Amino acid sequence: MLIRKPEDIRSSEITPQKAMLNRRAFMTGAATLGVGAIAADIIRPNTAVLAAPALKVIQSKYTLPDAQTPFNKATQYNNFYEFGTDKSDPAHNAHTLKTRPWTVQVTGMVKKPLTIDLDTLMNYRPLESRIYRHRCVEAWSMVIPWDGYPLAEFINYCQPMPSAKFVQFISLVDRRQMPDLPGGYDWPYSEGLRMDEAMNPLCLLTFGCYGDVLPNQNGAPVRVVTPWKYGFKNGKSIVRFHFTDKMPKTTWNEINAQEYGFYSNVNPSVDHPRWSQKHERRIDSSVFPKTIPTLPFNGYADQVASLYNGMDLKKFY
Amino acid sequence: MPTRLIPFIKVFVHLACFAPFADLLLRFHRDDLGADPVNTITHFTGDWALYILLLSLAVTPVRRLHPRLANLIRFRRMLGLYAFFYATLHLATYLFLFSGYDVPTAWAGAQSGHFGEVFTQFKLVWPTIWDDIHKRRFVQVGFASWVILLALALTSPQFMLRWMGGKPWQRLHRLVYIAAAMAVIHFWWLVKTGVRTPWKVTAVLTVLLLARVAYTVLKRRAKTAVPQPVIR
Repeated sequence: MLIRKPEDIRSSEITPQKAMLNRRAFMTGAATLGVGAIAADIIRPNTAVLAAPALKVIQSKYTLPDAQTPFNKATQYNNFYEFGTDKSDPAHNAHTLKTRPWTVQVTGMVKKPLTIDLDTLMNYRPLESRIYRHRCVEAWSMVIPWDGYPLAEFINYCQPMPSAKFVQFISLVDRRQMPDLPGGYDWPYSEGLRMDEAMNPLCLLTFGCYGDVLPNQNGAPVRVVTPWKYGFKNGKSIVRFHFTDKMPKTTWNEINAQEYGFYSNVNPSVDHPRWSQKHERRIDSSVFPKTIPTLPFNGYADQVASLYNGMDLKKFY
Repeated sequence: MPTRLIPFIKVFVHLACFAPFADLLLRFHRDDLGADPVNTITHFTGDWALYILLLSLAVTPVRRLHPRLANLIRFRRMLGLYAFFYATLHLATYLFLFSGYDVPTAWAGAQSGHFGEVFTQFKLVWPTIWDDIHKRRFVQVGFASWVILLALALTSPQFMLRWMGGKPWQRLHRLVYIAAAMAVIHFWWLVKTGVRTPWKVTAVLTVLLLARVAYTVLKRRAKTAVPQPVIR
């Protein structure tokens, strides 16, 4: 009867996890908001919009009428394989990630290679609070308020050469900080975009979510958010931006090109080989997520469809 | 194992097999099924169907280890039926939760006397299900495995065994090996490339099948070895 699978969430583990997150909330609260706010912070409200965000953010025109995913769901259900392959693993394990000091390298086809301190990068432009739909290739979705500024601003700062056609995002890999790093993958995690995709104003260089700095499991301290593409395109914990004239190798595409294309635009008419992409389970505050139709380009067709004019999106999935 | 204890042990085995389901209900009640409950329930029921199926396959090799373990056979059928129970929950999860079936609407309809709503809602998700059935091999192999378990569950009562006769019944029930193998293949085919979670159940199934091969080989050798002493 007791054939156990260690990946399972044992009921005995559930309380400590919550306690851990509450502790984290407590620490953040204590450090940033003062005693009065702590009580409110420990019990994160389901709507998850904090009254006094820890990050200084400005309003953005990118909002949505959709109900937001509660903070605790967006931060306890993550794909971040460096910290374990189960979606509850990153919330358990990512506390070992050290997000300071952190530098970001800029390499490849740029006027001058750079190394930038994270805080400099973060303060380069005002952080906007943008509410985006997030569609995972696994057919679930969330609505998350991200805090960041357009990747285009940073790319302009990097001064890529005109010959650079792609930008690659390389994530951190460090066995000491990632003791659960699974074998069988070609680490570090790598993702990338065509330059015009990366320059699209929707593409967000992201440092926070829900008005606070990114939790480690959500890709701290810096990640990319490309809301019209499947979630795995959004590289987390980025240490290097590499400009190149060749389509970069990207992790999931290398693992299984049939299932994960380079473009991976959200597209209800192209099935994943193992499931339909026509619908998604929208993770909100309800006990059972509703299944809703998936929209082309995740509902951002007006902003991005023109990037792919003349391309057969069934071929370039 | 003393025979008089068997009824008590049976109660214990029933409780143990039912415990995961009770745990699932409790977690549902406490809203503790994670961010994506459909995903959690799908994996939970699938995992337990497989675990209990492997457990039922462990009965025969284990009881062969020692004559006193022989009456373990008394537990095999109930384990098999519990495996079928979880496999059926797994299939129902797929049909009514994973497919996008609108349970609240169907439920509200049924409650107000419009039972047609149950089918209307099913018609809406049927294209997706049909797509899965004829396109996705992991769905096909998983469903085939369930069909075998269904046949074995239907023929599990004593009177079915008597009605069918021992040999044909045994031949039919040997399909359980295929069902278990297909269940493990189903698991491998559905996980992402590079995910190795199914290796443990694969290892257990391999050991259980090899134990049978080893037993058969040893028995044959023993048979061929027997005549010599008899001649003297």
